[in-house]
Amino acid sequence: MSGSTGDRGLDARLVVRRAGFDLDLALTAAPGEVVALLGPNGAGKSTALRALAGLVPMAGGYIRVDGEDLRPLPPDRRGIGMVFQDYLLFPHLSALENVAFGPRCQGAGRRAARRVAAGWLKRVGLAEYASARPRALSGGQAQRVALARALAVDPGLLLLDEPLAALDAHTRLEIRAALRRHLAGFAGAAVLVTHDPLDAMVLADRIVVIEDGRLVQQGTPADVARHPRTGYVARLVGLNLYRGRAEGGTVTIGDGDRTLDTVDSLDGEVFIAFAPSSVALYRTRPDGSPRNLWRARVAAVERQGDRVRVRLCDPPFDAVADVTPAAVAELQLSEGSAVWAAVKATETHVYPA
Amino acid sequence: MRERSGAGRPPWILLLPALAGLGFLVLPLFGLLVRAPWSTLGTRLMRAQVLDALRLSLLSATLATCLCLVLGVPLAWTLARVRFPGVRLVRALVTVPLVLPPVVGGVALLLVLGRRGLVGGWLDSAFGITFPFTTAGVVLAETFVAMPFLVISVEGALRAADLRYEEAAATLGAGRWTVFRRVTLPLVAPGVAAGAVLCWARALGEFGATITFAGNFPGRTQTMPLAVYLALETDPQAAIVLSLVLLAVSVVVLAALRDRWVNTST
Repeated sequence: MSGSTGDRGLDARLVVRRAGFDLDLALTAAPGEVVALLGPNGAGKSTALRALAGLVPMAGGYIRVDGEDLRPLPPDRRGIGMVFQDYLLFPHLSALENVAFGPRCQGAGRRAARRVAAGWLKRVGLAEYASARPRALSGGQAQRVALARALAVDPGLLLLDEPLAALDAHTRLEIRAALRRHLAGFAGAAVLVTHDPLDAMVLADRIVVIEDGRLVQQGTPADVARHPRTGYVARLVGLNLYRGRAEGGTVTIGDGDRTLDTVDSLDGEVFIAFAPSSVALYRTRPDGSPRNLWRARVAAVERQGDRVRVRLCDPPFDAVADVTPAAVAELQLSEGSAVWAAVKATETHVYPA
Repeated sequence: MRERSGAGRPPWILLLPALAGLGFLVLPLFGLLVRAPWSTLGTRLMRAQVLDALRLSLLSATLATCLCLVLGVPLAWTLARVRFPGVRLVRALVTVPLVLPPVVGGVALLLVLGRRGLVGGWLDSAFGITFPFTTAGVVLAETFVAMPFLVISVEGALRAADLRYEEAAATLGAGRWTVFRRVTLPLVAPGVAAGAVLCWARALGEFGATITFAGNFPGRTQTMPLAVYLALETDPQAAIVLSLVLLAVSVVVLAALRDRWVNTST
């Protein structure tokens, strides 16, 4: 999709004020683009989505979809498709009638609406469940019916609120792949809310990170994963992240308590990031001295898959290191142990703040 | 072996009053059955006055229930969904007929809808419509006392219903009326049904407001309870027969709808 889209797609500024909460977010999405809103609980992701749908009143801003300002319109006149977190399929209607609900409201006759609905059910692979009631559907099937129902109104903008959160791990994998296919086939703009970085990485063309009602970072999934700009994003993508001043290949963190050598030649305010797996731990000061070496105390040791995550406490330079179970045994790591930690200059990654 | 586990045995201090309460509720019904003139039951039932009263009771209770549904469901929706000043007061007013002695309700209806009443006088002079001492008057009196049951039941169901279904319907392009008709109403249908049953049962048994407002004319305003009352003074056997019929109708309706009613009562 080309960058200049004129006034096609979504162009919005969402201002929502409520007691103790304040959202102010500029959001764009080109036709065919999938934008993921990623953020911690209470950051305002769902509120932003509900504001787009017209389900919460806005204190200011605008919502333009294909050039038309939707803000003055009630939810039923916005032409937006929405997939809700727990799907909200109407329990008294069959799967087919659920999907036909939107076309019926748009003025299609009963028969025409059912034909459209049957077509969508077939597309999401549920043609044989047309007459099933929602309670007879599995979580994954209900999710697909909800998607079909939202797409059947031929929306200019598709909103998905945590579309995979209610699924178990196995179904989630399957439905994520299916959802990715359907999103790729959708011609309009799509906005997806999730707190799962993997969902965002797989499904979105662009990620918008919100914290406390404000945009803190946006970019392609690869960019966000490589260049986190807040502690929240760094934890999500599993990187150690610090902010500091770079000069001549050395980054000074905090008030000069710690310096890290890098191979980048940036100067000025920077972020420096490195992966937990690039941190090496030693019981005694290693010989041949790698240049970035510091002493830290082990705050926690946690099993993660076939690796062990070691939290190192050395304020303001807390870090996490991933080591093998064998290394934990060898180094006799436990809470409170004192260790030497090292990271090679070539393993660090520096980018402008 | 002899002793059962202590937790499983209900304490006598609860069981005794429970049994006494049950007996108090059931014994009068039992008395009706014992004293019924079974040998002449068939012929007594077929008397025109009994059949007229039964027909009128079923008809007016059903019409009153329909009227309650048409007026009460929108009223319940308004109380549950629309924020307006004085909503608490309105809610209290709606339930007044529940605690008001029905006779007082009948008097109040006469004062408003009577031939010389506040609204009734105008209706009479402008359209020639009068309610007192007509079958329509019976329906109005029953509607007055029965509607709170429907409103309370439906409002409870509406408050318990998940509003997000209505939001989902709105995003699919449904206006508020379509949302109400195709989503809200089906979702609260059990509550509406429960309310309608209560309402119908209350209308069927209505006595005080009916006799005050509509009088006691056989074939026109004399419903079953009125016929029972009248018969008690002249022909007690007939009163028992009429009572049995009312009892049978009530039991059949309650038995048919009990599960649904119990499950959704709030």
